[in-house]
Amino acid sequence: MLDLLTSHFNAVFTSLRLRGKISKGDIETSCEQIRQALLESDVALEVVESFVAQIAQRSIDALALIQPGSNQAKAVFEVVNSSLVEILGGSARRVRFSKNPPTVIMLAGLQGAGKTTLAGKLAKFFADQGNTPLLVASDLQRPNAVTQLQILGQSIGVAVFAPEAGNGVGDPVKVAQAGVEFAKAKQYNMVIVDTAGRLGIDVELMKQAGDIRDALSPDEILFVVDAMIGQDALRTSQAFLDGVGFDGVVLTKLDGDARGGAALSIASLTKRPIMFVSTGEKLGDFDIFHPDRMASRILGMGDVATLAEAAKAAFDGDTSAKLEAKFASGQDFTLEDFLDQLQAMSKMGSISKILGMLPGSGAMKKAIDSLDEGEIIATKSIVQSMTPIERRDPKVLNGSRRSRIALGAGRAVSDVNNLIDRFSAAQKMIKQVRNGATPAGIPGMAGMGMPAIAPKSAAMRPKKKSKSGNPAKRAQEQSQ
Amino acid sequence: MALFSKLIAKLKRENSFAPADWAQLEKELLASDLGPTLTTNFLSAAKKVKSDNAEAALLEILSNNLALTSREPIVVPGTTTIMVVGVNGTGKTTSVAKLAALYKGSGKSVVLAAGDTFRAAAVEQLRTWADRIGVEVVCGKENGDPASVAFDGAKAAQASGADFLIIDTAGRLHNKNDLMAELAKVKRVVEKLSPINEVLLVIDATTGQNGLQQAKIFAESVEVSGVILAKLDGSAKGGIALAIESELGIAIKWVGTGESEGDIAPFDPNAYIKGLIS
Repeated sequence: MLDLLTSHFNAVFTSLRLRGKISKGDIETSCEQIRQALLESDVALEVVESFVAQIAQRSIDALALIQPGSNQAKAVFEVVNSSLVEILGGSARRVRFSKNPPTVIMLAGLQGAGKTTLAGKLAKFFADQGNTPLLVASDLQRPNAVTQLQILGQSIGVAVFAPEAGNGVGDPVKVAQAGVEFAKAKQYNMVIVDTAGRLGIDVELMKQAGDIRDALSPDEILFVVDAMIGQDALRTSQAFLDGVGFDGVVLTKLDGDARGGAALSIASLTKRPIMFVSTGEKLGDFDIFHPDRMASRILGMGDVATLAEAAKAAFDGDTSAKLEAKFASGQDFTLEDFLDQLQAMSKMGSISKILGMLPGSGAMKKAIDSLDEGEIIATKSIVQSMTPIERRDPKVLNGSRRSRIALGAGRAVSDVNNLIDRFSAAQKMIKQVRNGATPAGIPGMAGMGMPAIAPKSAAMRPKKKSKSGNPAKRAQEQSQ
Repeated sequence: MALFSKLIAKLKRENSFAPADWAQLEKELLASDLGPTLTTNFLSAAKKVKSDNAEAALLEILSNNLALTSREPIVVPGTTTIMVVGVNGTGKTTSVAKLAALYKGSGKSVVLAAGDTFRAAAVEQLRTWADRIGVEVVCGKENGDPASVAFDGAKAAQASGADFLIIDTAGRLHNKNDLMAELAKVKRVVEKLSPINEVLLVIDATTGQNGLQQAKIFAESVEVSGVILAKLDGSAKGGIALAIESELGIAIKWVGTGESEGDIAPFDPNAYIKGLIS
């Protein structure tokens, strides 16, 4: 997602950086390019016009203020970045919990936006944090929406309140109300109400949504919207704002290649924060939305904060501590450690997802997309086909062991050789890092995919420290 | 000034309506999700049309861009096999039901294949529709192989000599290569038994510029022969469908206009185009 915006913004700033001194004309040209990029990314026309006018004015103001000779392109970049963060709603907002449980969350949106799936994801998200959510099936319109919610609830172990079978029968307002009563009686601390999809111009159904709201007075009403929506985002979000009102927005299907303009349109028009994004068909594919990180991504600065969080979650404390201790005590990094790292890394998601969060990844987008995820699996299978002794000490790997491993992993012997060569190179590198006293950085990140990726990018490898020609000085260096 | 701009227009062989008219039309085309590139192209083409007013000129260009392909639904002797595809949440299952009701209503026999084995309760959703309409539906297991369900559907349709077999498929984002490969497999497997005559891509009328990419990739993997423009009863104009038709040559064949089984109609180009700029 956002690739198109990112690449356009990249182009704009690359040409601005080459300028050195930026004139009003340059800003106008850049703004026209930005306008085009935003329109192609489905940002609503009105929003595009006001946004572009705003950054043009702010850039001119900013350039008038800065010292001559300082970096002008950087000043413009900061203007655009802060304007993007501002339009996207500043900092991330969390769900407000009610002082008197249950906290009631109501979902609303167009047909097919992904409300029912999202209800399941929200329930899982909050259940994982120790809450006790109850799902309420108030979509009585779409055939078997109730069954769908029941199946989702079952798969995540969350209770579903569904007194009506749906399929056009039953009163969604009564179901929602009874659901909240049920939650109070049974001490659930949270209620998530799924509702039927409705069009913004459907007066009757909008009134029904309003009735559900009035009956429940929910703590949060979330407007669920498909990230692929186009210019209609404006009309529809306005209609829902007028019809039910909402406190926050959830963008779904962000794992597609949608250009994400809806995020800008809706946030800017409704002044309601985007609170969550949904990024896949599995119930765990769900994130809190961070406007600043989104702006970074649009501007091609990557999303290191999310990456670091994902890493922290995936590499559990024990593994990292063990590895750090090992690192400090001067022991070798073995294939066993490597396997731990690979496994932790798969927990973080696909390699392309991880690389996509790095700064400048927009430029390597094609390469990232064509990355073979299978290689990681193949690498894992090779290590898993080794005995513990072999993993600890690859030196024992003679020809017959290697061919046995290749057979076990279903790979060619050359693949095994290749892995071991790359691993030895990585091992050497780690020794150098240790001796060169470069800080280990994020715990556990040191080994991240090293044999698989590091040899391809020289930039990520620490340079070997040059040794002094003076023996006394060299001894001093080495003792450091 | 006006005289001067008329003169320039004449020299450029353009017609000479007030720039404000064009600006207004540009706004409307953009707001209909036609996209900036196509909007610019259409407007510059319209400026070269000899016409009484800007809007008429534009309407002419728009209809020229629509009239490229036949939008007759494909019907063959024996069983006509239709596969319905699209990204998540566009309304595939509902469209399948509507088509089934339409054909059933005209006295044809219809068999449905519940090929969305992925989403929770999607099979149930189609089964409920089939019961309502009164047509046969072939279901497999949830999380089963969609290709085998579709194949069983084709077998059942052949056995009963049905006029139509309509295969529902799971929603998939077009950038997921594995899922697109799965879809191609469904088609391949069914075609071992009988050819798929029509592949209909369901496009949500609210879709933005991404719709073009959806159509491109779905067409690459399963040879899409027509578009169902769903949810056109909302405030969205569905301009992306025109972009799809004019850029990829895939005809818009049906429009979906509501949640009941009768809410489907053959695509009406004139009404659609007028909707785009009103």
